Amino acid sequence: MRLRNPFGRKTKEFPSHLWTQCPSCGEMLFNKQLDRNHNVCQKCGHHFKLGALARIDLLADAKSFSETDADMVSSDPLGFVDSKPYPERIAAAQAKSGHKDAVLTGDAQISGIPVVLAVMDFEFMGGSMGSVVGEKLTRAAERAYSARKPLVIVSASGGARMQEGTIALMQLAKTVAAVARLDDAAIPFISVLTDPTTGGVLASFASLGDIILAEPGALIGFSGARVTSETIGEKLPKGFQRAEFLLEHGFVDQVVPRSQLKERIAFFLNAFRVAGQDLRWSL
Amino acid sequence: MLDRIVGSRRAAEGNGHLAVEAGLITDATQLASTRPTPWQTVQTARNIARPHAHDIISRVFDRFQELHGDRAFRDDPAIIGGIAELGGRPVVVVGQQKGSSTEENIERNFGMPYPEGYRKAMRLYRLAQKFHVPLITLVDTPGAYPGPEAEERGQAEAIASSIQLMTRLAVPVVVVVLGEGGSGGALALGVGDVVLALENATYSVISPEGCAAILWRSASEAERAAVAMKLAGPDLLDTGVADALIREPAGGAHTDHDATAAAIKTALIAQLERLSRVPVADLLSLRYERFRSFGMFVEPSGGTAPAPPRPWWRRILRNPLPKDAL
Ligand SMILES: [Zn+2]
Ligand SMILES: [Zn+2]
Repeated sequence: MRLRNPFGRKTKEFPSHLWTQCPSCGEMLFNKQLDRNHNVCQKCGHHFKLGALARIDLLADAKSFSETDADMVSSDPLGFVDSKPYPERIAAAQAKSGHKDAVLTGDAQISGIPVVLAVMDFEFMGGSMGSVVGEKLTRAAERAYSARKPLVIVSASGGARMQEGTIALMQLAKTVAAVARLDDAAIPFISVLTDPTTGGVLASFASLGDIILAEPGALIGFSGARVTSETIGEKLPKGFQRAEFLLEHGFVDQVVPRSQLKERIAFFLNAFRVAGQDLRWSL
Repeated sequence: MLDRIVGSRRAAEGNGHLAVEAGLITDATQLASTRPTPWQTVQTARNIARPHAHDIISRVFDRFQELHGDRAFRDDPAIIGGIAELGGRPVVVVGQQKGSSTEENIERNFGMPYPEGYRKAMRLYRLAQKFHVPLITLVDTPGAYPGPEAEERGQAEAIASSIQLMTRLAVPVVVVVLGEGGSGGALALGVGDVVLALENATYSVISPEGCAAILWRSASEAERAAVAMKLAGPDLLDTGVADALIREPAGGAHTDHDATAAAIKTALIAQLERLSRVPVADLLSLRYERFRSFGMFVEPSGGTAPAPPRPWWRRILRNPLPKDAL
C-alpha cells in the first residue's frame, strides 16, 4: 500500500514512497516497517488507515478468506454528472484502489471460527455506500443468516454515496433490515468501526452490532465535523467524535488497538458461538 | 401465505380503481406535462406556509392525544406523536414537526430532531406494536440535528435503531412524506409497507446545498445538484422510493391545507384498509422485500441473487386485493 505524506512535505532525505511521517508524533516511519506493523506508528501507536486487503490479512486466518460477489460493479442509476460523470469516478476509483467498489465480502475463519467477513475500503470513493456496498453487505448478512455463521463487518466510510441519490439512502434500510434478521435469529454480529466511520454507515448497520469495537483515535460520528462546527459556529473540542469520545458517551463497547483486534473478536465469537452448544449455560 | 398474495395480486391485475379513487399518482405520466423544476419543488417543499405535521394531524385524524417524552432524557419538540382515530379506528401517528413561523421554528428546531426525538418515536412505534394499532408516520425534516449535543447523545445510533425497529414492526406502517425527506433523519421515520409522498415533496440523501458544496465545491450550485440527485416527486416514483404521490391543490399544498389533508386522509384510509387484510408475517416479508430491492448494479458473472428488475410491490398499489381475496 502506498501512503502519502500527510503534511505534503517532500524532503530529499525522505522520499515519500519509502517514508511516511506520523501525523501524531512527527516521527519519520519506514514504509516497509509500517506495513509490517499493520499501519500503526511504532513510536506513538497512531493508527493509520488500513486497506481492505491488509485488513483481511490482519483478521482472517491465513488463506481462509474466499471472496463472494467479487465482480459486482456499480451501474449509474441516476445518470449522475457533477464535474465528472459518475461512471468515470467509479473507473478512477477502481484504478486507484484495485477494488471494484468500497467493500470486500466473503467467507473466512477468525482463529478457527467460520464467519462471514465484510471489510470496507476508504480508498474507494471515501468508502461511500451505494448500491454495490449495500447489496454486498446485505448478501453477506443473508448468507450469515442462512449458514448460521457470525457476521463481522469492518467499517470505513464517509457515508452514503451522493452520486446514487435516494437509492443510496435506501441502502441504510436495506442493510439494517438484513442485520435485524441476524438479531432475531441470535446470530452474532460484530461491528468494527475504523477511521473514519461517519454519516449513513454509522446511522445504519454499523451502530447495530451486538458488540461494537472501535480502533484508537478513529473519527466516528453522524455529521461531518465541519457541518457540526458550522452549525454551532465555533470550534469543536479536541477529541470530539473520536473513538474514545464514543466510548465515554456509551456508544462503543471497547476501543481496541489493532494488534489486539483479532484475538478480541475471537474471544467474543467464542463466547457467543452458535455451534458449540455444549459450552453454553443451560438456561 | 406469500403465494396466495402473489396469486391474488395477479388475478386482480388491470383493476386500477384505488389509484383513481384515492387520487393517487402512481406513474409519472399521470402528472401534468408542465412540471415545476426540481429546484422549484425544493422551494415548495420548504415553504413555511406548507401544512406541517400538526396541521395535517388536526385535519386528518379525530381525537388526537399527543404523547410526550422519550422516558430517558427529555421531550423533543421536533417530533410529535400520539394516539388518534382515523375513520373511527385507532392509529398511532408520529411526525416531524417544523414551525409555521420563525418563532415556532426555533422552538421546533426547524424540524431537526435530536436523538431523544427518535427515541420518543421508537417508544410510540413499540406502543403501536404492543396494542396492534397501525402506525402512520409523517416525514418532514431537513435532516437530523447535526450539533455536538446530538453527537454526544448518539444521533447515529438513534437513527439506526429507529430504522431497525420499523423494518420489523409487526403492525401495518404507512409513511407520508409531507415536505422535506432529509436523509437518514427522514428515513428513521420512513420504513413502511407503503411510502406515499405529497406531489411537491422531496426525498434526498443530502440537501442540494450540501451536495453542491461537496461535489461542486460551491453551495450556489444547489440548483444543479437538485436536478442531478433526482429528489422530486416524479423521480421518486421512477426510483420506487415512493409508491405513489398524493395530488396537491393546484397552487401547492400551502394554498389549501384542508384540501391537502382531505387527499391524505382518503389515501391513508384506502391503504390501511388494504394493509389490514394482509397477515402480519406477510407484511413483514413484503416490507423486507420492498427495501431489499433497492439498488442498481451489474454482475458480469450473473451473480448469486440478481435483484428483481422491477419492484413488483408497486403493482400491488395499483391493483389492490379484492376484499374477499384473503
Ligand atoms: Zn507516531
Ligand atoms: Zn460530552
